[in-house]
Amino acid sequence: MSEHIVSSYDNDLQGLRRRISEMGGIAEKMLVDAIAALLRGDLPLAQTVIASDSRLDILQREIEESAILTIARRQPLAVDLRETISAIRVSGDVERIGDLAKNIAKRALAIGGQLQPQKIAAGVQHMSDLVLAQLKDVLDAYAQQDTVKAVDVWRRDGAIDALYTSVFRELLTYMMEDPRNISFCTHLLFCAKNIERIGDHTTNIAETVHYLVTGENLAIDRPKNDRSIDATVGAGA
Amino acid sequence: MDIAQNISMATPKAWGRVRRSRYLADRALKIICALFTLIGAFVLGWILLMLIVEGISGFSPALFTQTTPGPGTQGGGIANALVGSLILTFLGIIVATPVGVLAGTYLAEYGKGSKLAELIRFLNDILLAAPSILIGLFVYTLMVQPMGSYSGWAGGVALAIIAVPVIVRTTEDMLRLVPGSLREAGAALGAPMSTVIMQVSWRAARAGMVTGVLLATARIAGETAPLLFTALNNNFWFKANLMGGVSNLPVMIYQFALAPYQNWRELAWAGALIITISILALSVVARLIVKKDHVR
Amino acid sequence: MSQIALNTSSAIGSAAAADVDAPIRIAVRNLNFHYGDAIALKNVSLNFHDRQVTALIGPSGCGKSTLLRTFNRIYSLYPEQRADGEILLDGQNVLSPSVDVNELRARVGMVFQKPTPFPMSIYDNIAFGIRLYENLPKSELDGRVEEALKKAALWNEAKDKLRQSGMGLSGGQQQRLCIARTIAQNPEVILLDEPTSALDPISTGKIEELIEHLREEFTIVIVTHNMQQAARISQFTAFMYLGELVEFGPTNKMFMTPTKKQTQDYITGRFG
Repeated sequence: MSEHIVSSYDNDLQGLRRRISEMGGIAEKMLVDAIAALLRGDLPLAQTVIASDSRLDILQREIEESAILTIARRQPLAVDLRETISAIRVSGDVERIGDLAKNIAKRALAIGGQLQPQKIAAGVQHMSDLVLAQLKDVLDAYAQQDTVKAVDVWRRDGAIDALYTSVFRELLTYMMEDPRNISFCTHLLFCAKNIERIGDHTTNIAETVHYLVTGENLAIDRPKNDRSIDATVGAGA
Repeated sequence: MDIAQNISMATPKAWGRVRRSRYLADRALKIICALFTLIGAFVLGWILLMLIVEGISGFSPALFTQTTPGPGTQGGGIANALVGSLILTFLGIIVATPVGVLAGTYLAEYGKGSKLAELIRFLNDILLAAPSILIGLFVYTLMVQPMGSYSGWAGGVALAIIAVPVIVRTTEDMLRLVPGSLREAGAALGAPMSTVIMQVSWRAARAGMVTGVLLATARIAGETAPLLFTALNNNFWFKANLMGGVSNLPVMIYQFALAPYQNWRELAWAGALIITISILALSVVARLIVKKDHVR
Repeated sequence: MSQIALNTSSAIGSAAAADVDAPIRIAVRNLNFHYGDAIALKNVSLNFHDRQVTALIGPSGCGKSTLLRTFNRIYSLYPEQRADGEILLDGQNVLSPSVDVNELRARVGMVFQKPTPFPMSIYDNIAFGIRLYENLPKSELDGRVEEALKKAALWNEAKDKLRQSGMGLSGGQQQRLCIARTIAQNPEVILLDEPTSALDPISTGKIEELIEHLREEFTIVIVTHNMQQAARISQFTAFMYLGELVEFGPTNKMFMTPTKKQTQDYITGRFG
C-alpha cells in the first residue's frame, strides 16, 4: 500500500499496528506462562503473569484513544477506516485474552502446590497448545493481513471446542470418583473454559482480519463443537 | 526579579538584519513622491483659486438671464451660451449613449475573441486618443459643408463622436468585470443570451456604465475645438431649429477671453467657473454612484 | 445490511442507502469531451438513478465538473468546447442539435460553486426563472416564489426582505437562494457544482440537509472535493480520474470497499 500524502497519518496507523503487535506478544507470553504455572505449580511465575496484565490494559486504552483521535482528526475511509476500527476490535480481544490468562494464573495460585495426577493435566495441556498455535497464527495473520491464514484459524476453532467437551467429561468423572477432587477439578474446569474462551477470541480476531482485508464479514455461524451443554452427569455416566 | 528575565525565549534570531541603506532608499522615495504630489496639487489649487477669484466677480443674476453682449457694449450675461451648451451636450450624449453602450456590449458579450471585435476595439482606442479638432473638421466636411450652414446638430454630432469611444470603453470594461459565473447562472436557468445581457449583465454593471456616461458628459461639456467648426458660436439666442451658429460656453470663453473688452473677459471667467463646477459635480456624482455600488 | 441502513437512516441523520432498483434518469453513453484540442472526457458511460444523489469525485482536472456541465449543455456557451456521444435524459439525447438548450436548462437546473445571486431583489431572483417560461398572474407568482423559498429552507430568513437585494444575504443564504431559484422552475434534475466549497461548516450543513430533502423530489448530481460530504449525502458515487470513469457504485461500497486501487488511493488520501 502506497503512503498517505500526509505522512503523520501513516505514523498514526503504524502506531496502532505497533501497539497491537506488542499486545499480542504480551498476551502470548501470559498464556504460555499461565499454563506452565498451572501445570507445574510454579507460583512465582503465576504472580508474574498477573502482574503483566496491567501493561496490556494500558496498551489497549492507548490504542482506543489513538484510534478515536485518528477518526476525529482524519476521518479515515475505506481501508484506513477498516484498519482503525480493526485496531479497536483486536485490542479488545487481546485484552480479554490477557484477562483470561490472568484468571488461569490466579487459579494456579488457588490450587497451590497440590498437584494431581498428570493425566488430567494432559487434556488441558493439549487444549492450550492448540489455542496457543491459534493465537500465534491469528496475530501473524493480522500483521501480514493474510485472510487465508485468518480463515484457517477461524475454521480450526471447532477442534478446541471438541477438546473442551472431552476435558469437561473427564473432569466430571474425576469429581464423581472422589469428592476430594471437586475443588481442584472445578478450578481446572474453569481454566479449561478460559482456554476455550481464548480460542473464541482468536476467531474474533480472525474475523476482524478478514474484514480488514476484504471489507466483508465472515458468515455469522462459526464452527462450534462445544458439546459440554449436553454432557450432564447422567449422560456422562 | 524582572518579569522579562523569567520568560524563557526561543532560540534568538538576530534582529537588525535589514540593511540601513534600504531604510534610506525607502525614505527617499517616499519624500520624492510626496514632493511631486504637492507640486501637482499646488498647481491645481492655484488654477482653481484663480478661477474662483476671477470668476466670482463676474457673477450676477444677469449672467443667467441676459444674452452675451455685443462688442464694446456694457452688461449682458451668458444665458444663451449656457442653454446652448446644455443642448449641445445633451444632444451629444443622447446620440452617444446608445451607440456606445451597444457597441461596448457587443465587444464584451458577443464579440469575445472575434477578429471583428479586435478591430473595433483597436479603432475605438484610436478614436479615444484622436485630437478633438480633427473630429471638428470631420463633422465640418460631413455636415456643415453639405448643409451650407453651421448648426447645433453638427455640434451635437461632433460631441457624440468624442463621447462614444469613452462610453464604449467603460461599458466594455464594466461588463468584463461582471463574473462569468453570473452569465452562466442566467443561462443555466434557460434564459436566452439577450435576456441574460439585459437583465443580468447590464444590471450588474449598471453603476459603472452610468458612471461612464457621466464621465463622457463631463468630457464633452468642456470641449471647444470640435465646436469651432460645427456649432460655432454667436451672441444671440439661436434659432429653434438649431441651424446657424449656436452659442455655447467653451467657444464663448475662447472668444471672450481673448477680446479687448473688460466685461467680455469677466464673463469668460464666470463661464469657465460654471463649466468647472458642473464638471466637478458630475465627477462627484459619478464617484458616489460607484461607491454606493461597492457598499451594496 | 442495506435494509438496516434504510431503516435507521432518519434516526441517525445520514444519507439513505442506495436504491439500485430506482429507474435510470440520465444515461451517459460513450461521452467524449474536448476543450479545443485537449480531451477532457474519454468514453464515459454511466447511469444516474431517479431521485438519488450521485456524487462525482476525483482530483482537480479529472473531468467531473466537465461531465456535470454536459448535462445542461452549459459548455456550449464557449465555442471551443464540444461533446460527442449520448446523454439520454428520459431517453432523449440532450446533445442532439434538435434539443432546445434553453428548454433543456429549465429541465436540468444547475447551482454553481460561488453563490451567483443576480443583482436584483430576492423575489426577482426567483421570479426570473419562472417568468422565462410561464406567464403567471402576480398572486400565482407570489405563491411559486414562496414555495421555492420554503423548499430551499430560506423562507423564514427571507420572507421579510423579499424586496431587498439578493446580494445582501450571507454566502450560505445566497447559495440557498440560488437553489431556490433553480427549483422554482420545477426541474427534473439538479446539478450542483461544488455548492459548499465557498461556505462555512454551518452553512454547508444547512445545504447538505437541504439536499437530503430535495432528493425526495429531484434527481441530484453533485460534484464535490469533500470526500466526507460525498459519503454523507450521496447514494451513488462515481470516481473519475484523468477524464475517465474509474469506478461507479453505491456510496457505502465506494467508501468502505472500493474495488479499484486508484479509487482506494484517492479516497484514503494516498494520491501522489
